[in-house]
Amino acid sequence: MKRVSWVSQAARIAWKDLHIEGRSREVVYTMGFMAALVVLVFSFAFISGQETTVGPDAVAGIMWVAVLFSGTVALSRTFDRERESEAIRSLLLSPVPRSAIYAGKLVATAAIMFLVEVLLAPLLAALFSAAIWPHALWLGLLLLLGTIGFCSVGVIFSAALLRARSRDALLGALLFPIVIPVLLSASRATAYLLDPAAPDLDPALFWTRFLAALDVVFVVVGLWSFEPVVMGE
Amino acid sequence: MSDRVLRLENVGKTFGRHRALAEVSLAFVPGQVAAVLGPNGAGKSTLLGLLSTLSQPSRGRITLGDEQLSRHSPMRAKIGYVGHEPGVYGDLSARQNLRLFASLYGIANGERCIDEMLARVGLDSVRREAAARTFSRGMLQRLALARALLHEPEILLFDEPGAALDPAGAAWLAGELQHEREAGRLVVLVTHDLAATAAIATHVVVLRRGRVARDETRASFSADEVRAIYQEATREKS
Repeated sequence: MKRVSWVSQAARIAWKDLHIEGRSREVVYTMGFMAALVVLVFSFAFISGQETTVGPDAVAGIMWVAVLFSGTVALSRTFDRERESEAIRSLLLSPVPRSAIYAGKLVATAAIMFLVEVLLAPLLAALFSAAIWPHALWLGLLLLLGTIGFCSVGVIFSAALLRARSRDALLGALLFPIVIPVLLSASRATAYLLDPAAPDLDPALFWTRFLAALDVVFVVVGLWSFEPVVMGE
Repeated sequence: MSDRVLRLENVGKTFGRHRALAEVSLAFVPGQVAAVLGPNGAGKSTLLGLLSTLSQPSRGRITLGDEQLSRHSPMRAKIGYVGHEPGVYGDLSARQNLRLFASLYGIANGERCIDEMLARVGLDSVRREAAARTFSRGMLQRLALARALLHEPEILLFDEPGAALDPAGAAWLAGELQHEREAGRLVVLVTHDLAATAAIATHVVVLRRGRVARDETRASFSADEVRAIYQEATREKS
């Protein structure tokens, strides 16, 4: 047997999930539907008559609420394919380090979520006249960092609830309080970016850095804690 | 094939206050099919969980040759496991499943091994892109065996592999077990099927309430002998 690197094993697990999702598109469709629904409900509430401009704080909040709810849909499905037919046992018996399984799952889930978010942003721009284009790349980076932070915790809880009967209900209840710092920093940075009248972008830079630091902490904790969580003893 | 003995020394396993296994000392030898029998709740699946390294003993130790088996040990790459459930991805085809596991195990000449394995388990004629979820129970069990054998493990563990198989499938599986035994692999099989045990086992272990009630090795067992051993070992003592 050849020695397979940690990165290569993580990449294979991520590729397997993306390949399956590419075939079925189950998570992308359900997530996309959920995100669009959240945005539409907010548009019904905030837009009346000719008034279509909503403040950047509100748009940022709407965006991250949509990410939160639709992301929970994605996370609840993260280990479904491992649970079916007990494929998780085969994976855990393989010589793959459990941290590489975590990393693979994190990359695949974050990539799927990010794809939906990239499609969601123009919808927000169209419905709320949000200024997403002047700092589109930065906004993309924020979405990516926020998604990584959200998924890094979510994958752990999803694994912990692998065999729980009421996992869908429990996932949100456990996940939401922990990801508050991620959502807070992501929505604050987004609000500053979307504000065309903002005198400077220093606060956005501060919150982006804070979010990146949170990601590092959450990913390291996730890599360290995945094995005891998934082994369940 | 290796000649290392899989040994359990005073192994115990508790879940909270429930004692699933106590003072289990056994030796499984390569080239034998060991059948672990016992009533429900006797600790058979717990024992298999410990042997597979997916579970840790609460006390005692498990070794393969001189090396200790544990959750973190690279020894788990030497184990093949076939359970009630096939342990494969339903959304992937048979070939894609094997390709995934071949890459995770770092198997050299992966494609050639996959071709050979698919031919061996009779799945080479299945439509290439057919997802495993469309397979019959028997086909899934064949794929599960192919996945378990792909990396040429030293130890093969089976948890009720014949459950839900039709007679033809069960006969095929018995033939495969025989083949692995003759190849010198160490095979441990947990089952309720006493007749199937008699056909293939050379080592019978009966567990009762988490303890070894009987541990017997012979060149072969008849169905009556297995039944007698089982009944005697599991009889309630008044």
